[in-house]
Amino acid sequence: MTSTMSTSILTFYVISIVLYLVATLFFGATVRDKNSKSKSQTKKSKAGKIGITLTIVGFSTHIVYFILRWIASGHAPVSNMFEFVTFLGMSIVFAFIILYFIYKLDILGVFALPVALMILAYASMFPTDISPLVPSLQSPWLYIHVTTVSLAQGILAISFVAGLIYLIATIDQTVRNKKTTWLEIIMISIFLVIGFVVSSSAFNLMDYEVQFEYTEEIQGQEQLLVADYHMPAIAGVQSDKNPTTLTEGKMTPLISTPNWMQGADSARKFNSVLWSFLTGGVLYLIARLALRKRVSAAIKPFLRNINTDLVDEVTYRSVAIGFPVFTLGGLIFASIWAQIAWDRFWGWDPKEVWALITFFFYAAFLHLRLSRGWHGEKSAWLAVIGFAIIMFNIIVVNLVLAGLHSYA
Amino acid sequence: MGLDKVREKKKKKMRNRYIYRASIIALLAAAVIYALVTNLKADKVTNHDIGDEAPNFELMQINKQNDQEKIKLSELEGKGIMLNFWGTWCAPCREEMPYMESLYPEYKEKGVEIIAVNLDQSELKVDQFINEFDLTFPVPHDTRDEVRELYGIGPLPSTVFIDPEGVINDIVIGGLTLDRLEGHLNEIQPK
Amino acid sequence: MDKIKCECGHINPEGTVLCEACGKPVEGNQHIEGNEDKKLLNMRYDGSARRSQTYNTRIVDRIWTFFSSVKVGIWLIVLALLGSGIGTIFPQEMYIPAEAPDRNPAVFYEDYYGIAGKIYYQLGFHDLYSSWWYLLLIALIGISLVICSLDRFIPLRRALKLQKPKRHEHFLTRQRLYSKSENITEEEKQTIVDRLKKQRYKIVEEDGYVLAEKGRFSRWGPYVNHIGLIIILLAALLRITPFFYLDEYVWVREGEEIIIPGTENEYYIENEKFTLDVYDKDDPKFKDALEKTGEVHKGYTTDVKISKVKDDAVVGAADELEVIKKDQIMMNHPVKFDGYTLYQSGFQENEFKTMYFDVVETSDENAEPLGDIEVDLRNPEQTYELDNGVRIQLDQYYPDYALEDGEPITKTKYPRNPAFVFSVYPPGSDEGELSFLGIGQNIDPTGENEYQMVMNKMPDTLYVSGITVRRDYTLPLFVIGAAIFMIGVIQGMYWQHRRIWLNPKDGNLLVAAHTNKNWFGVKNEIEKAIEGTNVTMVEDQQELDK
Repeated sequence: MTSTMSTSILTFYVISIVLYLVATLFFGATVRDKNSKSKSQTKKSKAGKIGITLTIVGFSTHIVYFILRWIASGHAPVSNMFEFVTFLGMSIVFAFIILYFIYKLDILGVFALPVALMILAYASMFPTDISPLVPSLQSPWLYIHVTTVSLAQGILAISFVAGLIYLIATIDQTVRNKKTTWLEIIMISIFLVIGFVVSSSAFNLMDYEVQFEYTEEIQGQEQLLVADYHMPAIAGVQSDKNPTTLTEGKMTPLISTPNWMQGADSARKFNSVLWSFLTGGVLYLIARLALRKRVSAAIKPFLRNINTDLVDEVTYRSVAIGFPVFTLGGLIFASIWAQIAWDRFWGWDPKEVWALITFFFYAAFLHLRLSRGWHGEKSAWLAVIGFAIIMFNIIVVNLVLAGLHSYA
Repeated sequence: MGLDKVREKKKKKMRNRYIYRASIIALLAAAVIYALVTNLKADKVTNHDIGDEAPNFELMQINKQNDQEKIKLSELEGKGIMLNFWGTWCAPCREEMPYMESLYPEYKEKGVEIIAVNLDQSELKVDQFINEFDLTFPVPHDTRDEVRELYGIGPLPSTVFIDPEGVINDIVIGGLTLDRLEGHLNEIQPK
Repeated sequence: MDKIKCECGHINPEGTVLCEACGKPVEGNQHIEGNEDKKLLNMRYDGSARRSQTYNTRIVDRIWTFFSSVKVGIWLIVLALLGSGIGTIFPQEMYIPAEAPDRNPAVFYEDYYGIAGKIYYQLGFHDLYSSWWYLLLIALIGISLVICSLDRFIPLRRALKLQKPKRHEHFLTRQRLYSKSENITEEEKQTIVDRLKKQRYKIVEEDGYVLAEKGRFSRWGPYVNHIGLIIILLAALLRITPFFYLDEYVWVREGEEIIIPGTENEYYIENEKFTLDVYDKDDPKFKDALEKTGEVHKGYTTDVKISKVKDDAVVGAADELEVIKKDQIMMNHPVKFDGYTLYQSGFQENEFKTMYFDVVETSDENAEPLGDIEVDLRNPEQTYELDNGVRIQLDQYYPDYALEDGEPITKTKYPRNPAFVFSVYPPGSDEGELSFLGIGQNIDPTGENEYQMVMNKMPDTLYVSGITVRRDYTLPLFVIGAAIFMIGVIQGMYWQHRRIWLNPKDGNLLVAAHTNKNWFGVKNEIEKAIEGTNVTMVEDQQELDK
């Protein structure tokens, strides 16, 4: 397989991204529709129909990409971070399609597709090369486990989306309090992701590259490795890895990545995080200055006409659907595989523990739902927190905590 | 009368419920205590405890200054036995060996046998060690870790003292001083 | 205040919130489910009396009441969640990286993470998941599970058994979905009933009062999944009992046969060969990735021979072993025999096996070998004799050579860094020439040696295979528990218990509906059922707590 072939496979992937983007715009148009006609919620709008069609087409090309990459690599493309995160994005779209057909809620698309797109953008942080499978991953359980977990996380992401819609629509923005602050923090984190997308694609277009050579101990042996930055290095490679700059005439790192960051390739990722904060922060400030109010307050009027009861039900329903799938994939299938590959079904590896935490969290959510007073806003907050836990498991556990799952 | 009966019935029902609840709580408490205790109990050091019968084994003897060809534990019944596990690379073993050798002739007379099970790979290495320290007691060579596993020996040196009845008298993990060694040998000396 | 008689004639046990028969709210008991100042009724257990809510005097009852509370259960879950999280801040003891300079936890945490690491270690968080408090937390969740389930089982069964179509008006009006329609003909009602039947509702009709119900079994889902969890916890409890669970580790060298630990001296393992496969750097598929990451392992395989001692053999004297299995252990491909499972778990490379030396005359510039010897490092010989009469004596052998206080020692028994003191005796001579040889070292202490030993080719090395030995009788129990849990969760989450009441009242038709989740679904079904009739669509009276 040549790299031109892998490029043609990636084309399908790029097409899906573009289609999701366009679909988002159409779903966005449905908001305007409702603003003018107000009481036409049960009737499906034209824009919504186009939106969902585009989403499905995009999802199909995404599937094509997935299958082609599977054929090319000889194993299910869920074995490194790029592949896994890409698949998660795909799962979110899939979960959105399912819940869209149950509830016919256009507003869901306005938020779910951008979330999926952000996840896909996050994937681009990782090398897209097809990587060989280390012995522990050579098992059919690789894709049974990973796809189920990812599907569950996709469904649970929809509960986050619904929760977020509920919060923006219902929280009183006329006063400034803890709620509005926290909601704004969610907004800011979305800006950070946008900042990441903007900065990384900008430098990509400029073909920016700077390389550092460093040593790292891998399986007991000192190896000389190269960190390939595609953004100017604010943070260089960890000082304890003795980095030296290979490329000349580029910006020298201002600081070094802290030594406690132990994940694979963590210096480059940390640098990207810094750039995201920088760019995202600037973008947010511009937005704040332009809007002259909190971003969530600016969005709120657009959600004036949504049926909050229905949104609340979507929040709960997606947890109800996603929780069993998560248990099956993240705990049961995971245990079966761990028993076969690592001789123990449970080993308190950070990733395993965070899967357990996720399980505990949503179990608590479902139990709280039994009580009065936990529907509506509180549920929505919980859905947001749940998604934060999932994201923590995907981002921080891989980036910072080294463990058996820190592949790629 | 009717009212009394109802009251009686209710009392009985309450008592039953109480017993039901109490027994379930007791059962759960027992399970929890069991879990906690088992978890806290330190890992067992050896497979056998003091007071157990010492399991039998047979190994080739490799000390050329000793004329036995094989060592079979069961054939030594009636004697007190110091069963020592050692290796040439282990520093505390090197310290302890001269003490064992110095006491060996005296206690052999008194009916105590010292058996020093060696866990090295290379017989040559053991030979050189024996020559260096002039050891005369039997040194069986446990090449497949069989006896070590049988006794569940972890760190070296470890010593199992067996009385003339073939019962484990004491287990010592780590090196012994001359005094302590002599004390232990006295313990297992046939009366 | 014992039994409560309702106006419909039904006698309810004390603690009842909604009459078991007609659903009328029982006066004075509304606080139990927090119904007093709400429009809607809390439909948990359909308002039947929960046992724990009564008798609170004795200690047993108090413990029972405490654990039967879902709130307590949730708190325990949250605590377990937080506790689990703490354990991931720094690696657990067993995940201290192999390359750490000092893997002793007392040193490692402070070394790597400074004062925070020291505190982490001192609080025992380095082994958090086997700490007594974590275990206790999980155990308390288990107790909560058992008591909550037992406590709710009977009221739920009562509630589900007593499904009367005729309900009190107050019960109906205070349902989330409710409507009142005037002038409904018997035919229209029948149409609705028929349509509901088509949607697979079970219909109970009594004097014109109708109850349509479906998915009742989903109400048992939580109990089923809790049973699954209890079985899993029970399995975990058994697992800490040595008989049910064995976990050993053994390092076996290529060509070596040793006892398998934990098998009561019954089984032996021989490592016939260990193979380490790596990905080809030039494989076009993975070329790009391999350039960045360096060498990537493709597979670890140990060819093993498992043997069993013949009966009654004395330990150590078992020369005759019966081979019971020859197989390959690979990652993701464990080997099983007689209840034990062997897993490929690790390997060590570069342990030396054989070394080759030439004997040359020191003065010979061409280093023409006079002869050569081969030293088996596991079992070297005392003397080696060459054809030309030169005799080489191995005076000292250090399999794993190091210097300690200036003295040569061996760190282990394994030839990882072999070194030798040789004496070379020229033909017919009794006087040997001493020389010291090691990896990268060849020392002639006198500088006058006539002969020299030279390594003539690379030593042979061998692999050491790390194999985990397991016997776990609790696994089936875990599997059963997990399966029951999944069945229960799916049953409870993917089906809903839906009930629709059609009650005539004063010439009107009252329609009310309740479901335990997916209100949207039940609304759709009602909409379909009443289509074209004069029945008013039910209104969602939910009051969301904002």
